[in-house]
Amino acid sequence: MHAMTEHEAGLRVSLHQAAPIPLAVELTCGPGEVLALVGPSGSGKSTVLRCIAGLHTPAEGRITCNGETWLDTRARHAKPTAARRIGMVFQNYALFPHLSALDNVREALPDRCASDARERATRLLAKVNLQGLEHRRSHQLSGGQQQRVAVARALAREPRVLLLDEPFSAVDRATREKLYGELAELRRELAMPVILVTHDLEEAVMLADRMTLLSQGSSLQTGPPLTLMREPDSLDVARLVGLRNLLEVQVEAHEADYTRLRWGALALRVKRQADAPTGAVTTACLPAEGVLLLAARAEREADETHLPDGFDNPVSGIVRRYLSLGDRVRMTLEVPDAAGALLSMTLPRHLADRLSPTEGSAIALRLRGAVIHLIPTTRKG
Amino acid sequence: MDWNALKLSLLLAAATLGVLLPLGVWLGRLLAWRRFPGKVLVEAALALPLVLPPTVLGFYLLVAMGGDSQLGQWYQALAGRQLVFSFDGLLIASLIFNLPFAIQPMQRAFEAIPIEVREAARCCGMSAWRRLWRIELALAWPGILSAAVLTFAHTLGEFGVVLMVGGSIPGETRTLAISIYDRVQAFDTAGAATMSAALLAISLAAIAISYLALNRVLRHARHD
Repeated sequence: MHAMTEHEAGLRVSLHQAAPIPLAVELTCGPGEVLALVGPSGSGKSTVLRCIAGLHTPAEGRITCNGETWLDTRARHAKPTAARRIGMVFQNYALFPHLSALDNVREALPDRCASDARERATRLLAKVNLQGLEHRRSHQLSGGQQQRVAVARALAREPRVLLLDEPFSAVDRATREKLYGELAELRRELAMPVILVTHDLEEAVMLADRMTLLSQGSSLQTGPPLTLMREPDSLDVARLVGLRNLLEVQVEAHEADYTRLRWGALALRVKRQADAPTGAVTTACLPAEGVLLLAARAEREADETHLPDGFDNPVSGIVRRYLSLGDRVRMTLEVPDAAGALLSMTLPRHLADRLSPTEGSAIALRLRGAVIHLIPTTRKG
Repeated sequence: MDWNALKLSLLLAAATLGVLLPLGVWLGRLLAWRRFPGKVLVEAALALPLVLPPTVLGFYLLVAMGGDSQLGQWYQALAGRQLVFSFDGLLIASLIFNLPFAIQPMQRAFEAIPIEVREAARCCGMSAWRRLWRIELALAWPGILSAAVLTFAHTLGEFGVVLMVGGSIPGETRTLAISIYDRVQAFDTAGAATMSAALLAISLAAIAISYLALNRVLRHARHD
């Protein structure tokens, strides 16, 4: 037994295959940690979850949990699903339709025949706020209640890993908001690794400690969700996290407290990123909230106090598109000084109403250099 | 009333069910959930008794089980008598002509169980046996009941294949359906009428029971 050498707490996953679904995934998840697997549909995130659960066996792979080997394709070892201590919440919950909520939970208890099984199942249902609904079947429960039964059932097994496959996608928005709160509450009590599959970045930001971004079966980048969203290390990641403003820039110089970039005819001051080689042509990404209107002086001075790091880069643009999105407005702006490059920005409706910009009108902007991130040239997608 | 024939018919139907139900559960699950090369051919072969004239099926069974066939000789050596025109031969024929009636409803019932529900059972750590009893059979039972009723009623009523393979030996191969035919041939209309009424009553009861049971399940599901 080599168990001692790899007796590490948490989950370690390494999966590789070319077909039927290409996979190149490496991930780890520590005890009590929530790792979100995020990617567009078809990116393989559910397949990764199925591999961990043993519902799919990849061509090559190794999965260990708390030092116990669940899968080792080289040694031709694959623990069957029923023998892996996992708790799984399916996208559509997959409750046993002919059983009551209580019996759904009881089926998953490791010793379901014990005299206190009923009591423990009842307690688990109470934990997910379903007291009084123990005897209902799934079709008598709302979507949110079904999800709670599924969570209670997954926890009933006293799992070593909790796997959540898009657990919020099948409920309405109001219920979802409520369930987010409940899961955030619950996770404080959970000591096992939690893998959350979602296509929703906001969900990952709210619930996960780290996230792994998947595309076409490959794990692209792993890190805290906000870091990934602000500091993508490749163009693919930048696009997947929805960064619209990707500027083609040249690194001019690294000053003492900032880096100077050339963007067309404009010089931009951004936060210091000394690892970008001087002279390199690269892509700078700028979140939509990093594009601000150049406000009137009084407001600007007030604003300045909120931005002690503010590398303000004044830029003038021409409104090319004005799109109303409820309480927000999205504008596409052309920057003549940057060879006609386009910028995207969003602003609150009340502000837009006050300024009432029209398509074709010129507008003064500032670009927040503090949030401009340079994508490493080596990892350019 | 030919009580012997009634007893024989019921015995044949019960024996057919005894073999086909477990076989149907196994084969129905296999066909519902697995993909394998030649699956379509297997399904087509299983459906063949539905469209084949009973006399044609009976003829081939007669050839396959006759004294010149491997099966017939093997049975002769083992049991000391011929397979055709015996109850055992009749049972084999009955199993074959009932295949589509037993397997198709079960296959459909197992197909109707969502794959995630079966996967969830595995993720809950349930053993294969427990999954079978607690989830698969528990969800597929209306289809299994349909299969049982269809098979039972169809065995009672089958005439052509039984006549070809079994003939009409009292107490061995003369089923109720054959007995009715014999009565009519002998101008015993009253006897034929009694037995026909009995067969009608049994078939009607079987169908009614299954419909009532299914109806209850559906109503239960709707009103709960």
